[in-house]
Amino acid sequence: MNFETTIGLEVHVELKTNSKIYSPSPVEYGDQPNRNTNVIDWGYPGVLPTLNKGVVRDGIMAGLALHAQIARHMHFDRKNYFYPDNPKAYQITQSETPIAHDGWIEIEVDGKKKKIGIAEMHIEEDAGKNTHTSKYSYVDLNRQGTPLIEIVSKPDIASPEEAVAYLEALRQRIQFTGISDVKMEEGSMRVDTNISIRPVGSDKFGTKTEMKNINSFNYVRKALEFEQKRHQNVLLSGGHIAQETRRYDEATGETISMRTKEGSDDYRYFPEPDIPDLNVDQKWIDEIESEMPEMPGERRAHYVKDLGLTDYDAMVLTQTKEMSDFFEEAVKDGGDPKRVANYLMNDVNSYLNDKQVDLPDTKLTPVNLAGMVKLIEDGTISSKMAKKVFKGILDGEEPSAYAKEHGLVQLSDPAQLQPIVDDVLANNEQSIEDFKNGKDRAVGYLMGQIMKQTRGKANPQVVTKLLMKSLNAK
Amino acid sequence: MDFYQTDLSQLHADLKNKKISATELTKETFDHIKENEEQVKAFITLNEDAAMKKAAEIDQQGINDDQLTAGIPLAVKDNILTKGLKTTAASKMLENFNPVYDATVVEKLNNNGFINVGKTNLDEFAMGSSTENSAFFTTHNPWDLTRVPGGSSGGSAAAVAAGDVLGALGTDTGGSIRMPASFNGIVGMKPTYGRVSRWGIIAFGSSFDQVGWLTRTVKDNALLTQMISGSDEHDMTSSTKEVPNWAAQLNDDTNVKGLRIAVPKEYFEGINDDVQAVIKSALDHLESLGAIVDEVSLPHTKYGVPAYYILASSEASSNLQRYDGIRYGFRAKDVKNIEDVYVRSRTEGFGEEVKRRIMLGTFSLSAGFYDAYFNKAAKVRRLIAQDFDDVFKDHDVILGATGASTAFKIGAEIDDPQTMYMNDVLTVPVNMAGLPAMSVPAGFSSKNGMPVGLQIIGKPFDEQTIYNTAYVFEQTTDVHKKAPKLGGQN
Amino acid sequence: MASKITEQQVEHVAELAKLEFKDEELTKFTTQLGSIIDMFEDLTNVDTDGVEPMTSASDRENVMREDKAVKSSKEETDALLNNAPDTDDGYIKVPAIIDESEDGE
Repeated sequence: MNFETTIGLEVHVELKTNSKIYSPSPVEYGDQPNRNTNVIDWGYPGVLPTLNKGVVRDGIMAGLALHAQIARHMHFDRKNYFYPDNPKAYQITQSETPIAHDGWIEIEVDGKKKKIGIAEMHIEEDAGKNTHTSKYSYVDLNRQGTPLIEIVSKPDIASPEEAVAYLEALRQRIQFTGISDVKMEEGSMRVDTNISIRPVGSDKFGTKTEMKNINSFNYVRKALEFEQKRHQNVLLSGGHIAQETRRYDEATGETISMRTKEGSDDYRYFPEPDIPDLNVDQKWIDEIESEMPEMPGERRAHYVKDLGLTDYDAMVLTQTKEMSDFFEEAVKDGGDPKRVANYLMNDVNSYLNDKQVDLPDTKLTPVNLAGMVKLIEDGTISSKMAKKVFKGILDGEEPSAYAKEHGLVQLSDPAQLQPIVDDVLANNEQSIEDFKNGKDRAVGYLMGQIMKQTRGKANPQVVTKLLMKSLNAK
Repeated sequence: MDFYQTDLSQLHADLKNKKISATELTKETFDHIKENEEQVKAFITLNEDAAMKKAAEIDQQGINDDQLTAGIPLAVKDNILTKGLKTTAASKMLENFNPVYDATVVEKLNNNGFINVGKTNLDEFAMGSSTENSAFFTTHNPWDLTRVPGGSSGGSAAAVAAGDVLGALGTDTGGSIRMPASFNGIVGMKPTYGRVSRWGIIAFGSSFDQVGWLTRTVKDNALLTQMISGSDEHDMTSSTKEVPNWAAQLNDDTNVKGLRIAVPKEYFEGINDDVQAVIKSALDHLESLGAIVDEVSLPHTKYGVPAYYILASSEASSNLQRYDGIRYGFRAKDVKNIEDVYVRSRTEGFGEEVKRRIMLGTFSLSAGFYDAYFNKAAKVRRLIAQDFDDVFKDHDVILGATGASTAFKIGAEIDDPQTMYMNDVLTVPVNMAGLPAMSVPAGFSSKNGMPVGLQIIGKPFDEQTIYNTAYVFEQTTDVHKKAPKLGGQN
Repeated sequence: MASKITEQQVEHVAELAKLEFKDEELTKFTTQLGSIIDMFEDLTNVDTDGVEPMTSASDRENVMREDKAVKSSKEETDALLNNAPDTDDGYIKVPAIIDESEDGE
């Protein structure tokens, strides 16, 4: 029997606002436990939420970035459940009127393009954090109230590969809006999955299983692949799939059933009475749209069509907004697009990988990279010299000043080079003979001698020209 | 100090002219309270040391013209947070709770120099109409100590009626200011929803709760309510509408000539005869002063109680989930795991009525019942609000009784929650629609001599017409002049 | 609309609300809740077709705060920790959470 797979993904993205969604406490990490909290975050008697405008704005921007319809009228809802990291014992979220709905993003798997639908997106608050020991749990409410956007896909995803492609595209688009760091490893992007399979042609979805908080794209793929196979094996052996939440064990690569309590998930949603309704007008949406940075797809098209890059180069450069912004800035500063692209994709990327840092964490600036590329272009430095200058600009040095200071300037003046050429020819008559006898190797030898005399600073193009002219004249 | 012989403006003048010092006034107030307290039991916490200290400060600083309440002793219901002064909501859950911030209303009063004499008793978490649901003790009605003071702001009402203070803050979710005002023969105003900030008020039903004053006189009420009103950045539901100087319009020229009074026929159904008689004569009196009295219909009135108890209990069930024994308040002893902390702390920390409302609310919101209960009640709420809109198209105020009966005997209804809930039939529709409404003393029962309150309901944010009507009634009758004699026959 | 609530239903609701009732209490509560819920059933007599639910009486809309952070002082957060029944090194301390599966999202 052949099966088809249906995967749904729920992605939580943490926003980088200054303050929390319903309280003015700062959104910051690394502080002492409970230092970034106030009476609202603690759910004190008598407190009331105040809605952060920045979160609504970011929510609308995320909606626009994912081609979704923005809700013109919305309210908030309470989701009721007890947990120590949930101080009010309800989460203020949006269940009836999500901020955006019916969006899509395009993915490409094995060269085939496909649109994945987004059912809805809503803004809500994150919970605090519990640390467990065997006897006690320790609650830190610093994260409580951090704004989140939850993005729920439509059941359009048909394979683990598509799931990962969707997550990559989603991460990239959100990252380009600048509203979130979207880093799985730091928890600013979290993924819940559900998967079901059904015989090809069946009009009913199979029973789905859920997995929460898988912490890398790679594990998402592996976990879904495992579940897909497990569902198949169960169904083929005549069993049936239990609707449940499972956990992916990274060590064994298997998924494990989690004990769940019957009926414990009755969240008793109802409209939040402490937050008045929102009516979003077109003017605000237009304003937010005009503030939105260009998305990776548009950027890629521009790089290929106007700047002459290959599809592959354009794809690599638009992996992150930082890289893409850097590239555009350097081109604007006069750097040749192809050369700037090559430096970013090779030298810069391997430096970042080596040091395990992000581009904005370095001292490298677009104007300095552009400056160095220009020095190469106009022959002021050789590509060998450029390697040294590159080290300088990584330390924040201005390239032409650095090159001068370190003597990294090519000799390109024929008037200075001709005497050296003459001198070398005078001392290597055998080589001139060899050249005349058609031995091309002699040219290379003579070039080497000239470079040696100039300690590598001679501009090879100029030297070649002068040398050939002199040889042919002999 | 006998607050029956004076009012806010007079005391303010006396303090300014040094006829009496804030220290003397405060001292006399505590003497009076202590004399009454054994019989009335209006206060959960007395704030004597801090109050005397504050009074001394006021005496030293002097009083500005605009500091109307500077040096004036007033009381605060114990579900309104006072920084550094324990606030219990009359619950074991918060028996030792020490607030780390002031409610906005308290902050405003502090800025105006008021003397907080203490925190008054209430039904636990403001759920009830008798103070019998207080986890600590029942307050007694100063007019008849065997009777309840009404609730939930029963401590505030009894303190004012006993002459302890000129005014006390209350909260009103379904009648909790007006009902005790009616039972104690004093003035109680629930302003329009959103008029007063709810920041620092221990939430019960968030879309219904409002803060207001229980006072001796209508004018004091207008002055004090103005002081606590206005928008607050901490409360997104607080209105930005301008707060008028209501008291400025209360003078010898105030009249009810041509005032279009609506009297809903439903407000006389199931109302005790002695109450009906007082209300009818009050209406006749207003008519004799030139008001136009019309009978109207508010057809959904009888659905107010069930719809209110579904919605307010639902909101309460969610609002009270934060009392979980983890971050503050009561945590049960010898708990082994987190489930124990929750279940045992809540089961031991909440009283019976609170648990009942939590159960009703949780049930009304639970899977499979939401549409039939919560959502249905929310639709009925809309119809009730529309009934009022229709009547207000060609009327200025709606009048009727505040309660169906006068204050009942302590213990008479405590085991019958359903009957207890039906007491609120005349007050809850106002909270459903968010309207302003007052209970003003209308007279006394011919049956038992207990006070009867007249309820005056106004259009949204039209507190002025309510104050005008109540003021005219007050100034043209002797009802408000009568004071209870503690322990004696009234 | 189903009338009369059963003891099992009351127990289920109590579980959601994190409350517990002893046997006789349960019986008493079930009877009381049943008669109140019967009163609720009066609402079935109201025609609410096409009526929008009303869940707020506020006259406000579009109320939002600018995205500015205000950090509490150390004194303020210390006061919060002081009110907690049990703390440890700046954390709120609670007996162990046994059931890991209910982790909030």
